[in-house]
Amino acid sequence: MIDRSTPALGDLFQDIILEHYRRPRNKGALQDATVNVHMNNPTCGDEVHLHLVVEEGVVRDVAFEGEGCSISQSSISMMTQMLKGQPVEEGLRLAERFKEMMHGDADAAKDKALRDARALAGVSKFPTRVKCALLGWDAFEEAVERQG
Amino acid sequence: MSESVPGGAHTGGATLAAENAGRSGPGPFDPARLRDRFPIFRPEGPNAGLVYLDSAATAQRPDVVLDAINDFYRDDNANVHRGLYELSRRATERFEEARSTVARFIGARDTAEVVWTRGTTEGINLVAATWGAGNVGPGDEILLTMLDHHSNVVPWQLLARRVGARLRYVDIDESGRLRLDQLDAALKGPVKLVALNHVSNALGTINPVAEVVERARSAGARVLVDGAQGAPHLPVDVEALGCDFYALSAHKMGGPMGIGALWARRELLDAMPPYQGGGEMIDVVHPDESTWAELPHKFEAGTPNVGGAVGMAAAVDFVQSLTPAAVKEHESRLVAYGLERLGRVAGLRLFGPAEPEDRIAVFSFAMQGVHPHDVATILDAQGIAVRAGHHCTQPLMRRLGVPATTRASCWVYNTTDEIDRLVEGLEEAARVFG
Repeated sequence: MIDRSTPALGDLFQDIILEHYRRPRNKGALQDATVNVHMNNPTCGDEVHLHLVVEEGVVRDVAFEGEGCSISQSSISMMTQMLKGQPVEEGLRLAERFKEMMHGDADAAKDKALRDARALAGVSKFPTRVKCALLGWDAFEEAVERQG
Repeated sequence: MSESVPGGAHTGGATLAAENAGRSGPGPFDPARLRDRFPIFRPEGPNAGLVYLDSAATAQRPDVVLDAINDFYRDDNANVHRGLYELSRRATERFEEARSTVARFIGARDTAEVVWTRGTTEGINLVAATWGAGNVGPGDEILLTMLDHHSNVVPWQLLARRVGARLRYVDIDESGRLRLDQLDAALKGPVKLVALNHVSNALGTINPVAEVVERARSAGARVLVDGAQGAPHLPVDVEALGCDFYALSAHKMGGPMGIGALWARRELLDAMPPYQGGGEMIDVVHPDESTWAELPHKFEAGTPNVGGAVGMAAAVDFVQSLTPAAVKEHESRLVAYGLERLGRVAGLRLFGPAEPEDRIAVFSFAMQGVHPHDVATILDAQGIAVRAGHHCTQPLMRRLGVPATTRASCWVYNTTDEIDRLVEGLEEAARVFG
């Protein structure tokens, strides 16, 4: 029998991840969004509608709607916390940093700029779940590209 | 064409049949002992202790199938239908024997009605591209069901777009069975084809194919059956079903990947144009035109997957050696046990028919508060392999109002103990997310 203390599963389903999954931050529509992106993972059906208000190169507001597993939805929730009020350039840097962490980079996993999302470092040990954690960040990068 | 004895000297399946008969005689077989015939489960191997509950995605292969493929390439390999030498003759004989084995397995009257394909998907695409292009026109309708796999949906979408036809769907009831009460009304339209699966890969529902065929025929429509999940679990008799096309895959029933068969009535195959052009499928080739080979070779361009065909025949022999009655009894036991055990897991919503006789041992479910992917990851950490996702049935998932389900699917080697392990694993998932 395996329980939460088992290293592998414990790494994955940390309390802070489950907490974001149950009580996602910044969830909902955004009336004055300047850019909206829908992205899904066709192999599993996870999806996100990401709404951003970007003004003068700064993410003034961000919200999301979506459905999916604990990893994808908690990751998006954590991402919105990080992005709000940040310059777009800084958001892109965080996206890079997050991807490095997903590829097992130990330094990135300690980067305080990633805030709650550092709890997702363990996902890198579950290759089938890395795509879940990246869904929101992929949507953000797409939004930046569209916003121009 | 060779019409040799079933399960001849080359096929390991005959040996197993003899052993089974000697060991236990007819009646229920012992799945725990049967596992010894599947090398992937061997205790000294890399998957020791694995609880494999994803056979609807692909089944594991028994030793006789692995041996048959190996023996073919080691002893009998040459290109088929070409060489004038002994080795090529033998390879051709093995290849055509395999076709006869599959033909007998599905109750075909004529071996030439069996066309080798890469699998069920290619079989359906073949029909859509050839029969469909010649028989479905603007304004015509193709009737599908909410239970269909994408492989029995998308080829028809492509055809419908090409010729200006329309797709319609028979709905399901609350327990995941086809709404036969909608069928007659739907068949009043200009329906040229009804396409449905023999057994739903997502819910395990056994469809009443013979009844659908009877009504479709009266309405003048042809019927294609996606048999991917039928052949591994149910006796298949295409003549008794009365359908016009039946497609199946080897890998769902213990054979290799990348090989399958399409059965179709001779008169339909005769009238259908070739699918792909190339060697093997021609009679005479001139610079500007060609004539076609006899059935079934007209539909088999290029060097075929001979090792695959031999492996599929070995899988057929293996399945038949278990005897249909014993397989059915085993399956019924798993269905009843699974429904009962899973039905008592708190917060678990089980999809598909509640009546055991309407389904096979495929259990699709949702757990309150735990996404299917998280369920699958937690089960994986406990050595239990299940599928989580839409199971290539997105319209069905939408109809059920869920983004995805977790699916545990069984075959002949699964035991009630493994269902207990699954239930314990699900209780663990509930604790992690509790």
